[in-house]
Amino acid sequence: MYEILAREEFSESTFLLEVQHPLLAKAANPGQFVIVMVRADGERIPLTIADYSVARGTITLVIQAVGKTTRDMQQNCRVGDMLYALVGPMGIPSHIGEVQKVICVGGGLGVAPVFPQARAFKQRGAYVIGVIGFRSKDLIFWEDKFRDVCDELIICTDDGSAGIQGLVTDGVAQAIESHPDIEEVIAIGPPVMMKFCAETTRPHKIKTMVSLNPIMVDGTGMCGGCRVSVGGEIKFCCVDGPDFDGHQVDFDELMRRLDRFKAEEKQSLERWSRATNCRLQDEEPHTPQ
Amino acid sequence: MPPKTMRTICQQRTPMAAQDPKQRIDNFSEVTLGYSLADARNEAERCLMCPQEPCVKGCPVGIDIPGFIQKICDQDYRGAYEVLADATLLPAICGRVCPQEDQCEGACVVTQKLESVGIGRLERFIGDMAIAEGWSSKPDIEPNGYKVAIVGAGPAGIACAADMAKAGCDVTIFEALHRPGGVLTYGIPDFRLPNTVVDAEFEKVLQLGVKVEANTLVGRLFSLAQLRNELGFHAVFIGTGAGYPSFMGIPGEALNGVLSANEFLTRCNLMQAGEFPARDTPLHMGRKVAVIGAGNTAMDAMRVALRLGAEEVYCLYRRTKAESPAREEELEHAKEEGVIFQWLTAPLEILGDADHQVSGLRCIRMELGEPDNSARRRPVAIENSDFEFECNTVIYAIGTNANPIIGQTSKLKLNKRGYIEVDAEQRTSLAGVFAGGDIVTGSATVILAMGAGRSAARSMKRYLGIKEAEEMEVSDPARPRAFGIDTRQQQFTRVRLPGKERAA
Ligand SMILES: Cc1cc2nc3c(=O)[nH]c(=O)nc-3n(C[C@H](O)[C@H](O)[C@H](O)COP(=O)(O)OP(=O)(O)OC[C@H]3O[C@@H](n4cnc5c(N)ncnc54)[C@H](O)[C@@H]3O)c2cc1C
Ligand SMILES: Cc1cc2nc3c(=O)[nH]c(=O)nc-3n(C[C@H](O)[C@H](O)[C@H](O)COP(=O)(O)OP(=O)(O)OC[C@H]3O[C@@H](n4cnc5c(N)ncnc54)[C@H](O)[C@@H]3O)c2cc1C
Ligand code: FES
Repeated sequence: MYEILAREEFSESTFLLEVQHPLLAKAANPGQFVIVMVRADGERIPLTIADYSVARGTITLVIQAVGKTTRDMQQNCRVGDMLYALVGPMGIPSHIGEVQKVICVGGGLGVAPVFPQARAFKQRGAYVIGVIGFRSKDLIFWEDKFRDVCDELIICTDDGSAGIQGLVTDGVAQAIESHPDIEEVIAIGPPVMMKFCAETTRPHKIKTMVSLNPIMVDGTGMCGGCRVSVGGEIKFCCVDGPDFDGHQVDFDELMRRLDRFKAEEKQSLERWSRATNCRLQDEEPHTPQ
Repeated sequence: MPPKTMRTICQQRTPMAAQDPKQRIDNFSEVTLGYSLADARNEAERCLMCPQEPCVKGCPVGIDIPGFIQKICDQDYRGAYEVLADATLLPAICGRVCPQEDQCEGACVVTQKLESVGIGRLERFIGDMAIAEGWSSKPDIEPNGYKVAIVGAGPAGIACAADMAKAGCDVTIFEALHRPGGVLTYGIPDFRLPNTVVDAEFEKVLQLGVKVEANTLVGRLFSLAQLRNELGFHAVFIGTGAGYPSFMGIPGEALNGVLSANEFLTRCNLMQAGEFPARDTPLHMGRKVAVIGAGNTAMDAMRVALRLGAEEVYCLYRRTKAESPAREEELEHAKEEGVIFQWLTAPLEILGDADHQVSGLRCIRMELGEPDNSARRRPVAIENSDFEFECNTVIYAIGTNANPIIGQTSKLKLNKRGYIEVDAEQRTSLAGVFAGGDIVTGSATVILAMGAGRSAARSMKRYLGIKEAEEMEVSDPARPRAFGIDTRQQQFTRVRLPGKERAA
């Protein structure tokens, strides 16, 4: 059993869990992920290791509540609770090459996962430009953590309430314009964001690595559910990735495959919401006066 | 009593009761119901107790088959269990899933004239009785201070773990998934091998003192080198299975509704997607399901699909029934349950609709040509014989490749196809590291994996300088206990220790 030692709310939909697992903390590298089961009858869901501390013996997950399992975690995973299963670190660690100048882009649920890479590049001595995107100012998190490891940080918000108004691709374009010598771009976020980051860098021929997030089951290469097309070849994201060359990835296929269980996901979430509402209503009369 | 002969024994094999096909496709309960006491005794009497014992040679773990059958004839069921437990801790599992027709039963002398003795059914009968009665075979174990790590809780790992624990080692099995059992748990469905049976037999392994660490991905959480150097294990066995399912690379494979049999079965067996939404893991299956391949995995996938409500289930195989690698019983059961077999048929393209959902398959008819290097006749496409048919789900069951994780994270020598290279004694290129099962041979069988696990255990004992139990014991000298398998050649070579020749 894996105990939750800390929890932090970032916004209405995003929260952080710090979970105890000393061996995992020691083994984790940037770019790797874990598979979590909240309870014995739950689903196995992949989450990126957003940070790890050997000293504390913990790993950090930053989770966006989008469907049944992640909302259930948002509502029910409290400090002191145990996760039923936690396995990892999975995937091939990101290649932190000896580059002089790099852009690390994070959008939406990709902001936290790109942090370990940014830090690793900094530790390698690179000039790191961070580009992180949020919908608005009050959704921003980890700005200070990024400032610590980035030589420049460009914050993008949809509504312009902080940083520049626009998408992360605008931030990337701006960075490329002022730095003609960028050698690599790392982009993590929703598939559509990674796709457009890759399109932004393609004309400049800048190597662009993306971290893919297909639907997974085991995370050990055994089921092939996580397969993606890269350069026309089939790859299993959990063991051959999750990092791939963004200029080779078939993002449209990835996005279509993420919809595989749309109907079931909706059904599951509705059922869970109904049950949660009933429980809340049932519980109301019992609240102490 | 006059000696039994082919003429005096019962001419028919004692049938085993089974659920009616119409009824059983609505449930996940076991299809075959096992022998009753009377059935078992009748069937045991059909064994001629021939001196050649070809059945024993046909068994990859060298079970003393006439020995345990004799005990059934003597009504000494506990004794029969002891004979089995000498060679296998998983009789209820093997009795259900071994391809007996190619092994012990295929070699049985009775097959020269009649149906062979139902060895597998008798083994299962004793295995089930042992579970029901709570028998276990726990020898006196003297701890010897050696720590042994087993990677993967499939049949190979379990067999190796049991033997090393019996020898007195402190054994830990590391398993990546949240439940042990390997393919037995995530692959083979309950109607053929209930997970309760797997759990019950695994429990006997735990009773030997074996520890299990689930949720542990070896290679990533720690490396093989760390296991040896930092975590203090004196020897390591790798039984990580083949995993990594193959696809064909034909157009349409990325459509929604195309999946591997491993994914389909894992969702259903390990994650119980059949109970969605009470369970969280979903499965999306259409009314018409096409399964490509005709091995055990394909049979399992098709029969699960029927039970989950598929209206039509097709089996597409580019060769004929004769070349199908599935157990005979599975083919028979699949047919009874209504699977539509399309022999000599290969898919060319998966067709999709505007929503990127599978809508059909375009296939081509084949004929058998000259033998290929697997000695089977090579299927050749018949020109202009392509045709289309409607289906909504396509399941690939065309085999698996080596799982790359251990290879990616160690210096182990692998062969060209990515499987771990071992010598005749299951030793890998790294000292103190042994391997066996599907990760060495490619997809094979439960019993071959167990045989390899046991063979590795013997080799590991020699490496650690632990004396073989046989060398110390003075019990029944007539019983052969040692065996060895040359897994690379897929042949069974029996090795007997000196002085242990069987008194014929
Ligand atoms: C390598 C990897 C790393 C990830 N890292 C993070 C992270 O750090 N933080 C985070 O919030 N999310 C992360 N995700 C996505 C996260 O796994 C999904 O949001 C989660 O599984 C949704 O489950 P649900 O039941 O809440 O929602 P559902 O309603 O089941 O699904 C919502 C959406 O999530 C996707 N999804 C559903 N099931 C799975 C599954 N088993 N595996 C992958 N995706 C699925 C689908 O696209 C679906 O449309 C990662 C995914 C991958 C593959
Ligand atoms: C659907 C299906 C039906 C079958 N039916 C039959 C049948 O009827 N009869 C028969 O004889 N054979 C059958 N087989 C074949 C048989 O199941 C296999 O040959 C056998 O299970 C191989 O055993 P193994 O121990 O080598 O590997 P597996 O059973 O594959 O077990 C390997 C285990 O190692 C774990 N693992 C992998 N990598 C790691 C890692 N890095 N760290 C930790 N753990 C890891 C896996 O999660 C798994 O639990 C069938 C196979 C399938 C897929
Ligand atoms: S998640 Fe099953 S193979 Fe990648």
